[in-house]
Amino acid sequence: MMTRLIYFAWVRERIGTSEEDVELPAGIETVADLLRWLQSRGEGYEHALQYPDVIRVAINQEHVDHREKIAGAREIALFPPMTGG
Amino acid sequence: MPAALVPSVRIQRQDFDVAAEIAGLTQGRADIGAVVSFSGLCRDEQGALSALELEHYPGMAEAEIGRIATEAVRRWPLQGLTVIHRHGKIRPGENIVLVVSASAHRQAAFEAANFLMDYLKSRAPFWKKEHRVDGSEGGWVEAKDADTQAAKRWKSSSE
Repeated sequence: MMTRLIYFAWVRERIGTSEEDVELPAGIETVADLLRWLQSRGEGYEHALQYPDVIRVAINQEHVDHREKIAGAREIALFPPMTGG
Repeated sequence: MPAALVPSVRIQRQDFDVAAEIAGLTQGRADIGAVVSFSGLCRDEQGALSALELEHYPGMAEAEIGRIATEAVRRWPLQGLTVIHRHGKIRPGENIVLVVSASAHRQAAFEAANFLMDYLKSRAPFWKKEHRVDGSEGGWVEAKDADTQAAKRWKSSSE
């Protein structure tokens, strides 16, 4: 199953794309697993995700924490802490 | 029990008219005793800033602000609630965000507007990038810990 990954702000700039569809390898169960796997995909990813604790994540457009299971997620977004308002 | 109020949430590029938004909530009604409006504007940072670029997550921005607004309606006896957040390039002096809350009495209206802004700051998917007057790379605005702390004070014991 393909999962859509979406990036915003400096996460998007460092990775170098705003979205992509990926086939997640077996064993990627939680958000934390996903962040670890993404870091291994190249320099841009490594730079964007070098401090995974600061990365905020939404699954299907709802905030989740890094322990959340990602099974069945259609859309996973990664972004820095928000600065709206 | 009257039907639950459905808040009006709008994410838009264009500016808004504060007076018209207030009138939109109060016109033709006689049961509203208090309206609080909060507008957030773009500052020029002592002349250094030429604009803010607001990036947002389409779909989630509406959904998340909708969730926060629905929570406000659950907590306070509101008769009207409008939230507008702009995106795109915004110049110093221009509006960024608007919250208008209406209630029978002032306390609910004040508190609901305050709650909305605190949560919006730390949970609504928007990111500000600075454009500087001297043309240098301004960079992304960093989230303030004070904003996260401000949101925490609304946590009820049931959460």
